[in-house]
Amino acid sequence: MNAPTTTANEDLFAYPQDRACPWQPSPGYQDLGRQGPLHRVRLWDGRWIWMVTGHSQARRLLADPRMSADRSRDDFPAVLPRLDAPIFKPIAIIGFDPPVHDVHRRLLAPDFSLKQVRAMRPHVEDLARRLVADMLRAGPPVDLVEAYALPIPSMVISELLGVPYDDHEFFEAKTVGLLQAKSAEDAERAGRELWDYLDGLITRKEREPGGAGVLSRLAGEVDEDGDLTREDLLRIALALLIGGHDTTSQMIALGVVTLLEHPEQLAALRADPGVLPAAVDELLRLVSITDVSGVRVATEDIEIDGEVIRAGDGVLVSSSMTNRDPAVFPRPYEFDVHRTRGGNAASGRQHLTFGFGIHQCLGQNLARMELEVAFSVLFEGIPDLRLGVPLEALPTRSGGTMQGVHTLPIEW
Amino acid sequence: MTAVWVSADQERCISGGRCMAATSEVFDQNEDGLVVVLTPQVAPELEDRVRKAAYLCPSRAIRIGDGPSEG
Repeated sequence: MNAPTTTANEDLFAYPQDRACPWQPSPGYQDLGRQGPLHRVRLWDGRWIWMVTGHSQARRLLADPRMSADRSRDDFPAVLPRLDAPIFKPIAIIGFDPPVHDVHRRLLAPDFSLKQVRAMRPHVEDLARRLVADMLRAGPPVDLVEAYALPIPSMVISELLGVPYDDHEFFEAKTVGLLQAKSAEDAERAGRELWDYLDGLITRKEREPGGAGVLSRLAGEVDEDGDLTREDLLRIALALLIGGHDTTSQMIALGVVTLLEHPEQLAALRADPGVLPAAVDELLRLVSITDVSGVRVATEDIEIDGEVIRAGDGVLVSSSMTNRDPAVFPRPYEFDVHRTRGGNAASGRQHLTFGFGIHQCLGQNLARMELEVAFSVLFEGIPDLRLGVPLEALPTRSGGTMQGVHTLPIEW
Repeated sequence: MTAVWVSADQERCISGGRCMAATSEVFDQNEDGLVVVLTPQVAPELEDRVRKAAYLCPSRAIRIGDGPSEG
């Protein structure tokens, strides 16, 4: 493990750095990307870790079983102060290694499969149309985050999990509190409130079995001596509730901003609805909403392209930069909904926004479907949609890795 | 031209659905969300897309060979 000595590391690139443009990586990351695929960067606590900006290196490292995702390890890097909060240490789905990870993933696979998600689509379309009708009735200006971008994923994940949507203001605020916290203490406080809420909810589900949703089903499968303890279920519930709405809502918001700022691309999408799935993957690639494809710690020395990642070294894969590796994506900084045209139909899907390896995003198919529905219903229902403030005046998130806007004023 | 065969390992599968999204003629998901190969012998015109599906598979559950697999 590298020593967290600030003196030796203070010349290194400080991670993270804020974006200057909502859909492009920080200028400093762009400089790093030009220098090569692997970089040493310095974290808030003085420790250095590897930052991966090369696509091929990222794929190999994220699929390598010698890279651990176990956040409870002492040598696991806390990329931000909030990630030092105890609530984040053993977080399900993203923060466990096999065999526990495989068990959790298997329990949830049927609910997040492509087939299941496709079956949910008409329902999500109805929901989006209802929200557009509400916005039209209210009239401009509207905050698109509050009126549309957040309610879609929030209602969908509530229903899927069996969490009452009536509680949405509470769990949305606490999720933002957890994910945008500037200190471990603040993150822990918000996280514990969510934990206690889910604890109470699962207790009710245990008392009244047979309810709807994934959590109701799993509450019936809890076995303290088996694969799913009650604490496991709570950790899964927390991960799904948090992961299920914040990133998708911000991806809807920044996706709309990106489309509005590229009118020729929006026109191309309108001219041919068949482009929609490719356009969504291109937006996922470009915006790289979490800006991180994965954080790991090496459990053995790993040689990769002339560098050696030592056992105990932290590794962070940058999604915004691996998604701009010119070896994979020609004209990488350009937004092009026709990127896949002429080549292989799947080539635009090589982006690492959802990660890679066994921890690739559980909700990726759900997120894609929600984004397809959100963009198509919005621009169909409000064709003359425009930003309500200049791009430079958008209140963007700062100081972290998860990109987003606090509000998105729109007019028509 | 030699025929290409494809197999998929349900033990490794994490139900990402990338294969099915890329090549629904060849890959499907069962009720547990796990990969199912519909046609192990790949039609020549689908070979590129099957290779793409294998590349996109996050858990490397797809194997391409020149003969039928036991899996």
